[in-house]
Amino acid sequence: MKIILCLKQVPLKDSQLKITADGIWVDEKNLNFEINESDHYALEAGLRLKEKHGGEVIVISMGPAARLKQAISQALAKGADRALVINHEQPILDPLLSANLLAAAIKPENPDLVLTGLQSDDLGFGQTGVVLAELLGMPHATLVMEIQSLDGRLKIKRELESGWFQYIELPSPAVLTVQSGYAPIRYATIKGIMEAKKKPLKEMNVADLGVPMRQSVKMSKMYVPVKSKQTQILQGDAKSVAKQLAEKLKNEAKVI
Amino acid sequence: MASGILTIVEQNDGKVSRIGWEALAAAQEIGAVLNQPISALVLGKNAQAAGKAVAEAKIQQVWFAENSELLNYTPDGFSAATKQIIEKAQPQYVFAGHSYQARDYMPKLATALGRVFMSDCIGYRFEDGGVVFIRQMFQGKINADFSFTDQKSGPNFVSFQAGAVSSDKLAKGGSAAVADAGVNLSGASIRTKVLEIFEGVKGKVDLTKAEVIVSVGRGIKEKDKLPIVEELAKALGAEIAASRPVCDDGWLPMDRQIGSSGQTVAPKLYVAVGISGAIQHIVGMKGSRVVVAINKDERAPIFDLADYGVVGDLFEVVPALTAAIQEVKG
Ligand SMILES: Cc1cc2nc3c(=O)[nH]c(=O)nc-3n(C[C@H](O)[C@H](O)[C@H](O)COP(=O)(O)OP(=O)(O)OC[C@H]3O[C@@H](n4cnc5c(N)ncnc54)[C@H](O)[C@@H]3O)c2cc1C
Repeated sequence: MKIILCLKQVPLKDSQLKITADGIWVDEKNLNFEINESDHYALEAGLRLKEKHGGEVIVISMGPAARLKQAISQALAKGADRALVINHEQPILDPLLSANLLAAAIKPENPDLVLTGLQSDDLGFGQTGVVLAELLGMPHATLVMEIQSLDGRLKIKRELESGWFQYIELPSPAVLTVQSGYAPIRYATIKGIMEAKKKPLKEMNVADLGVPMRQSVKMSKMYVPVKSKQTQILQGDAKSVAKQLAEKLKNEAKVI
Repeated sequence: MASGILTIVEQNDGKVSRIGWEALAAAQEIGAVLNQPISALVLGKNAQAAGKAVAEAKIQQVWFAENSELLNYTPDGFSAATKQIIEKAQPQYVFAGHSYQARDYMPKLATALGRVFMSDCIGYRFEDGGVVFIRQMFQGKINADFSFTDQKSGPNFVSFQAGAVSSDKLAKGGSAAVADAGVNLSGASIRTKVLEIFEGVKGKVDLTKAEVIVSVGRGIKEKDKLPIVEELAKALGAEIAASRPVCDDGWLPMDRQIGSSGQTVAPKLYVAVGISGAIQHIVGMKGSRVVVAINKDERAPIFDLADYGVVGDLFEVVPALTAAIQEVKG
């Protein structure tokens, strides 16, 4: 099974984000990056399928190549076989354009399966995988919690709302977007880390892909949301805050 | 030229879902400003019945499609049906609620028509005769203004997050015509086969009736630390609940999860401990009467809907709070 695994790097969850002076992105200078949460699970899904059915897992990532090295090495160290990097310095804020670029790089590989995370924690469009599927002419499933490969067909467990699930079947090749919590994520071993250094990495530029850099959406401004509710922020050390809160809950809000 | 707003109104076996009404309310408001007519589309089993309910909203036209290929939702079926209607109606905008279903097929549909899908908007503004859509970024820490670069030609696909537009705003008392959309899916290739639909946990704990809930998030860091939150819950006589990562990691059972993929609760007191307040969590608890948030990050979105906030380390604040609660409760 030839599996393409789309991996995105996003700022660390705990980052203190600062909007740049022109208001159109966050200041990346002092930020550290990590693999997008649901992509971790997609990678885990891919590695498990490879262990069961053989084949290879090819990681593809788009962004500043130098910065992506860390995420790519991590994926290779866990067991991915090789990597494709689409080098692009500026963040791409258009989900259709991102998917078009990824599709152009993926197509020549003729994969049996493409896996992506469900949604990125930075832009949150939640659609790259589905758009990719349409561009590649493949069926897709989103919110995937379980994948079984059975003779060219895939049996998938999908999450629905409010704690409901469904089983579906679809033919491969297909694109699946994996939901977080798919299966416990593995750590890289020392051996894996050593081997990762020797694994092939192909770097390409956006210009090599022959995709017109046409923006369908424009982001004009980023800003910190205005609070909609009057929140009483309690001040003091832990003990004093706790005392104030307990009293307010009893006497002011009357909920205890 | 494209004109009008087509709203895909989600329904389940004849019953219109709340997010469907909300999308219609957004369409009414935007339609009024842009001076555009509004039509609605309902798809799937018993869509006609749902269509009749939708027709009570003040809009111009309701279409339904109830073909046998649409009885079970599939992305191929819903996308092919909607595409036929869009090609006929040529709307400038296509709206929907950002449900799990919409996120599963709207991106495909938009792509099939060579268009982009502006997903998961939390609001909109009008600017220079056009619409600016507001989206959350970085899990709700930042908002951003987005617009279509080519909004005149359409169709421009937009979905709205649950609660982004209040369904109370919906203007009712209409009597739109309800018509079969005349979709023909005989040539459509529907590649997905639906096998079965089931509830994740049988006999799950019902948190919907809990009066007090103490909910714990990833800020707790490890399973071994859970007892400090459990003690607070005990002092408050509360049920314990969690955000998704805590359940994903198996620290608490899945049926304790609050949010879009978990339970929706409305207790009189909801204490969020080490929870950032991502939208998928918030939709499950925003009906709580009083919300307390304990988080070390003063910019965590959970503070936006908290009545009382404590910016601090939960490992210090929670045990102190447990003691203080025991004291005031006597
Ligand atoms: C389709 C979909 C469905 C989803 N369904 C759900 C759902 O049903 N329910 C749900 O909850 N999520 C759901 N999610 C996930 C959701 O987007 C968030 O990832 C999740 O809610 C984050 O959980 P959290 O707040 O516990 O973790 P984080 O976002 O990691 O937040 C942890 C918080 O803890 C704080 N913290 C850390 N250490 C401390 C400390 N020592 N003291 C105090 N505070 C501290 C941090 O400042 C941070 O704000 C869904 C996502 C998708 C895409």
